[in-house]
Amino acid sequence: MVDVAIQPNRANRTSATRKRASLRNALKRKSTSAFFMTLPLIVLVAVLVIYPAFYSLHLATLNKSMQRYVGFSNFTFLFTRETFWLVVKQSCIFAITAVIFKALIGFIVAHFVHNIPAKGQRKWRGMLLVPWVIPPAMSTLGWLWLFDPSYSAFNYTLSFFGIGPIPWTGDADWARFSVILVNVWYGMPFFMIMYLASLKSVPDQLYEAAAIDGANWWQRIWYVTLPMMRNIIAITTLFSLIVTFANFDIVRILTAGGPLDKTHLFATWAFKLGIESSDIPLGASVSLFMVPILAVAAIFILRDINKRGNEA
Amino acid sequence: MSRTLSRRQFVAATAAGSAALMSAPFVRTAHAAGKLTMGFWDHWVPGANKTCTAIVDEWAAKEKVEVSIDYITSQGNKNLLTIAAEAQAKSGHDILAMPTWWPHAYADNIEPVNDIMEPLIKLNGDVNDTVKYLGKQGDKWLAVPATIGSQIKGPCSRIDLMKKFANIDVQAMYPAGSEPKADAWTNDAFLKAAEACHKGGSPFGIGLGETTDSVDTAGAFFQSFGADLVDAKGNVTVKTDNVRQALEFYKKLMAFLPADVTAWDDASNNKWLVSGRGALIMNPPSAWAVAKRDAPQIAEQCWTHGMPKGPKGRFAPFLPFLWTIWSFSKNKPAAKSLLVHLSQPDSVARLVEASGGYDLPSFANLTKLKTWAEEGPPKGTLFSYPDPYHLQTLSIAASPAPPKIAQQIYAQATITKMCVRHFQGEDMEKTLSWAESECEGFMRS
Repeated sequence: MVDVAIQPNRANRTSATRKRASLRNALKRKSTSAFFMTLPLIVLVAVLVIYPAFYSLHLATLNKSMQRYVGFSNFTFLFTRETFWLVVKQSCIFAITAVIFKALIGFIVAHFVHNIPAKGQRKWRGMLLVPWVIPPAMSTLGWLWLFDPSYSAFNYTLSFFGIGPIPWTGDADWARFSVILVNVWYGMPFFMIMYLASLKSVPDQLYEAAAIDGANWWQRIWYVTLPMMRNIIAITTLFSLIVTFANFDIVRILTAGGPLDKTHLFATWAFKLGIESSDIPLGASVSLFMVPILAVAAIFILRDINKRGNEA
Repeated sequence: MSRTLSRRQFVAATAAGSAALMSAPFVRTAHAAGKLTMGFWDHWVPGANKTCTAIVDEWAAKEKVEVSIDYITSQGNKNLLTIAAEAQAKSGHDILAMPTWWPHAYADNIEPVNDIMEPLIKLNGDVNDTVKYLGKQGDKWLAVPATIGSQIKGPCSRIDLMKKFANIDVQAMYPAGSEPKADAWTNDAFLKAAEACHKGGSPFGIGLGETTDSVDTAGAFFQSFGADLVDAKGNVTVKTDNVRQALEFYKKLMAFLPADVTAWDDASNNKWLVSGRGALIMNPPSAWAVAKRDAPQIAEQCWTHGMPKGPKGRFAPFLPFLWTIWSFSKNKPAAKSLLVHLSQPDSVARLVEASGGYDLPSFANLTKLKTWAEEGPPKGTLFSYPDPYHLQTLSIAASPAPPKIAQQIYAQATITKMCVRHFQGEDMEKTLSWAESECEGFMRS
């Protein structure tokens, strides 16, 4: 017989106390409170992004009447369609061309704005941001009227110079030009404002040192400005590439993919197949083709940023 | 303090309660027959929705049903998105107005309406073959043809310009109040008139884009040549002489149309007429109604009439809206009762009047309503719009292919793309091979 009074509940009580203490500690930790603060956003992303993404994956594996699992048949079927390859080509042309011009014009305009005296800079920044803050569906309607096949304001103006009429949306090449132009007009201010912020963070001493070394304008851009802006350029390019690749509204309103499907992008063609042709699984499959293409671009660009981050 | 209930007391209380319930009078409350929700097409014509609401409210008051109507626009295909979303969620309105192909596309989710369609046909006369093609699957009626939004997209000509340039008196050819004298109105005559008006500087405004107006017109002309891309059994029949003839016809016609027609959408032809630039467009009377408001001098010269006759007949593009009841509706008897009410001759006449003659009932006995005879100016301009003497085959582009295949041909504008490709210089056989490959792709089930 033991002479020590055993308290059978003591161990439980100790562990409960320890649990409470560890919970308190966990709640005190910054990471925990950060997690709880971001939880609403995580839930929102899960509901509005992750669930639809998996749902569209599920849809893409069904047959047309959505009653039978067909595996990858929808994807292999698309590979056999001429229009699909046309859409792949056009999406790449559209996204790459538009992003290059947005970046180039944004870079030039950012320099102009940067060189305006601080007093008047704010109103220029505000004005240049206007295309970006107007909902694209609305501004594209304005462009639609400017490009109208029969009553184009551009053609009316050009007629005074003996030019035209130009089939802005009626000819395949002009239609591609028109949708890219509107996308550049809409997206350029984003690049401009990002580059402007980046330009303002480049220390003046670097330019002074370069000037002492006798660097000319081009050398200052090449050896000072661009290296200091590389990460911003990479991130804005990636972000814009994703958004431009997935563009829907501009093409939908301006050309609806025509003429002869020559301006369709993944999103507009997916809508055409999924909603207008009642083939939701095929539409879902088309839209999912954007994922691997954009993932590859994202991996390359983000890897480059990480590498430079580590070097720094 | 606790109170216990003995078994005897419990039995006594239950019996008394039941007796009271049984003997209470049945009170029919304001909404005794439940609730009913409906998604109707949001009409272009101002005031048309109001009449529809009034008709539904009258029925609801009589039947003691609580009703809720959503008018869903077809702008931006919002109605198509609603149909797809409700079918996916298996939840939504009890009644939904679906355009053309959608009852077939969602046939598995739709309540059959044979029990109301058969009496309605007895009451109002038979429905045309396009309604049967789109609204019926085998012996199962999927939908009731809606008066609201159903339309024929026939020619709307300028009386003065057709007389001046083409020497055609459209009023004499399609007189108001009597049978048309349109034997000479053939595809060849149409082509000659198109050429004359083009030379006169007022070309016909027929789109060749990828939207419905363009597809419907091309579809009707193709059918007038017997040019089916896919037959009723689902066989691809692109490489036939009929299709070749139709393509040749369109190539000739396109030379006389405005140069930008490949970029036209459904608003372009309306603008063409209202601006006074064209001698003819293919449209329901909405363009004329806009002209009446914005350009009355042009409206006074407009005359809606029948299609020209081709080697295989006179085909007019007909686009019905169809009222469907979801199989997951919670109040199917009330939904059916409302659809019957909306299809009564009196309701139909009111809807047609409210739409200024735009809406078309699909029943044979309802094509001579006074609205079409009286609308103007000029008086009688819409008399021939509903094809009162049944001289045309009301059809939809891509029929008679099985509806699920035809929907692909229609939505992807295969017919107009063929015309544009060939017109832009592509060899006929190459265009046909492209179309054949497209149609084969539409066969997936």
